[in-house]
Amino acid sequence: MLDKSVRFLEEAFKEYYFNNLQIIHVPTRPSEREFGYQKFNSGMTRHISLKNDNELHLLLMTQVPSDVYCSNAYYSFPNLPMQEKDWKEADLIFDIDAKDLHLDCRKEHTCYKCTSCKEITNDQTTCSECGSSKFETISTVCERCITESTKEVKKLLEILTDDLGIKSQEIAVYFSGNEGFHIHVTSKGYQNLDSRERAELADYIMFNGAIPETFGMSKQKSSKASFPHIDEKGWRGRIAKEILGSKTRSSKIIQELFSGGYSVFQLKLEDLKQRIGVRIDPKVTMDVHRIFRLEGSINSKSGLSKILCKDLDTFDPFSEACLIDDKKVEVIANSPISFRLKDEKYGPYINEKVSVPKYAAVYMICKGLAEVLQ
Amino acid sequence: MLQIGNRDLAKYPFLAETGEYLRDKGFKIEQLDHPDWKPIMEKAYGRIIVATTGQIYGSDLKKFENLDTEILSFVIAIILLKSAGMNTLIKRFSLAEARRAEKFLQQDLHYGKDDTKLALPLKIIHDLFSVKVKIDGDNFVISIPDYLRRAIHFHEKEWKLVNRKVEGGFVFLTSHETVRLIRRELDGYINSKIQSLNTPSIPSSFKERVTDLVILAKKFSESTTVSTDYPPCIKHAIEVLERGENLPHSGRFMLATYLMAKGQTVDQIAPLFKNAPDYNERITRYQLEHIAGSSGKGTKYSCPSCDKLKSENLCFEIPECNGIINPIQFGKKRTSNA
Ligand code: SF4
Ligand SMILES: [Zn+2]
Ligand SMILES: [Zn+2]
Repeated sequence: MLDKSVRFLEEAFKEYYFNNLQIIHVPTRPSEREFGYQKFNSGMTRHISLKNDNELHLLLMTQVPSDVYCSNAYYSFPNLPMQEKDWKEADLIFDIDAKDLHLDCRKEHTCYKCTSCKEITNDQTTCSECGSSKFETISTVCERCITESTKEVKKLLEILTDDLGIKSQEIAVYFSGNEGFHIHVTSKGYQNLDSRERAELADYIMFNGAIPETFGMSKQKSSKASFPHIDEKGWRGRIAKEILGSKTRSSKIIQELFSGGYSVFQLKLEDLKQRIGVRIDPKVTMDVHRIFRLEGSINSKSGLSKILCKDLDTFDPFSEACLIDDKKVEVIANSPISFRLKDEKYGPYINEKVSVPKYAAVYMICKGLAEVLQ
Repeated sequence: MLQIGNRDLAKYPFLAETGEYLRDKGFKIEQLDHPDWKPIMEKAYGRIIVATTGQIYGSDLKKFENLDTEILSFVIAIILLKSAGMNTLIKRFSLAEARRAEKFLQQDLHYGKDDTKLALPLKIIHDLFSVKVKIDGDNFVISIPDYLRRAIHFHEKEWKLVNRKVEGGFVFLTSHETVRLIRRELDGYINSKIQSLNTPSIPSSFKERVTDLVILAKKFSESTTVSTDYPPCIKHAIEVLERGENLPHSGRFMLATYLMAKGQTVDQIAPLFKNAPDYNERITRYQLEHIAGSSGKGTKYSCPSCDKLKSENLCFEIPECNGIINPIQFGKKRTSNA
């Protein structure tokens, strides 16, 4: 990214923060949390303590960070080094990212930037300009990516409320500002789980490690009568619904399933996992010392904001999270992939000078698909 | 208020109520010199000896000759153990007593279909381990966090939350599973209870048995294979076996190859496996000899790498592992701080 583009982004971010301070707050129990931030082209500053909105706003205005983060954990001394912080507990966090869903639409909105000459191409064999074979991947998201991620979020919410007994008031769903969703859970009972216990919870949610015995089949003796009913709760019920469909207790289907034997059943479970397991990133859930993007702050990978999704069914990140203003800006765009923001389609552009609203300019520059003109 | 009778205390003598019982009885240490106490002291000694062999003492409810003797022999056993001051004995004793109490807990939960009978075992679980157990039909129901905190120590897949009946924030268990879940803590509880007790000086009539215990403990520590210098994966495997839990084949293989690499013989290693649920001396020896390469074709097996053990969920890495690639290397990088 050129220096002038960096300066342009800094200006745009600063203006955004200045105009939107009223929607940017520290989360609950701020003085027990660790904050961190990054500036353009520089490393992460962590282990900061902020006591209230004023201190946060001051940081935003003086540092003009590219990204702002806050811990899910609560500490006695959030500003000390990790070993001395004295961890108390942490919110439970789930990360659902369109990237991890491996959708086939992805190739339509992924391109590659040669790391040596910065040329952008649609595939990553060798660079047509300089012959290098090292590329940086650039991707955007499409409506399909969002719809599919939303489905995962809904599956997760069902498990959180029905299986784990978490109240919906204790769950907040955020658009991450780039390619997915962060689900924050503040439920007393789960706050003090450690990393290994959270990993086990993640396995449950992903339907990892299920064995045929749980569904009535074992290597020694199988009992078709122990196969779950579709009205059972939890995974047993979900598996029954997947396998039986609407045909309540079709003994023929169960008979067929059991006749394959143990290892076939096991494979069937693996197969179902892809469909009914929730595709969260378990590393995120396990980590009790991580810092997460702050609600209301801009994601410098896209220029979109991390915002709360009030209604998942109607949520449109391309408008709702696009909060930078629309003053026209001239950029040199080199974007073989097109994208949509605020119901307007942009691109593809082939190394051309275009005049676009500031939010679109910011989006392309953040993605590495454009440089500002002046 | 829940009435805890002598029969309950005979089963669970480590409960705080035992103190009250002793006060009611007018129990005084100074009186222990009286010849009347000799039989109880001998019973207490026997109780310790049984524990050190890895067996469970007097768990048959019908054979309780005298409830007072049962309770008092536990108390005296602790006095003897504390006087001998040998940690290995206290460890073995608390483990054996925990397994004894575990059997009673399980029976009480299982047969205590009506609430009055269930009150005591549920109170024990609640008071000692702060786990609240609810009853739902034939099921014992505990909260998911309470479950996870304990179940992650088990390696069998059936303990994974995904293989459990889960609903509304709770996990549904059988009586047997409920007790298994807390068994480790029961041992720890009894152990810490013994450690924290202050015991006064003992009557001279006890001295001889205390000396016997010290001699016995020395024998154990000579032959004992547990060393503090073992890496966590090995320590964990030994612990699992000591608790009488099942260690998967891969874990046994790791343990045997590790100890052999450290120069131990089949004779020294075999006793480690005697608490295993499926222990068979002949088969164990055969397998160990096979691993040692002293039977059959004579291939000598070596200890699996940390990577391999990680993939088998046998690794419990700590900072001291310090990037080693095989457990054999554990501790070697450290310099002695002489
Ligand atoms: S890192 Fe190696 S030595 Fe340490 S616990 Fe894991 S397997 Fe054992
Ligand atoms: Zn190039
Ligand atoms: Zn897409």
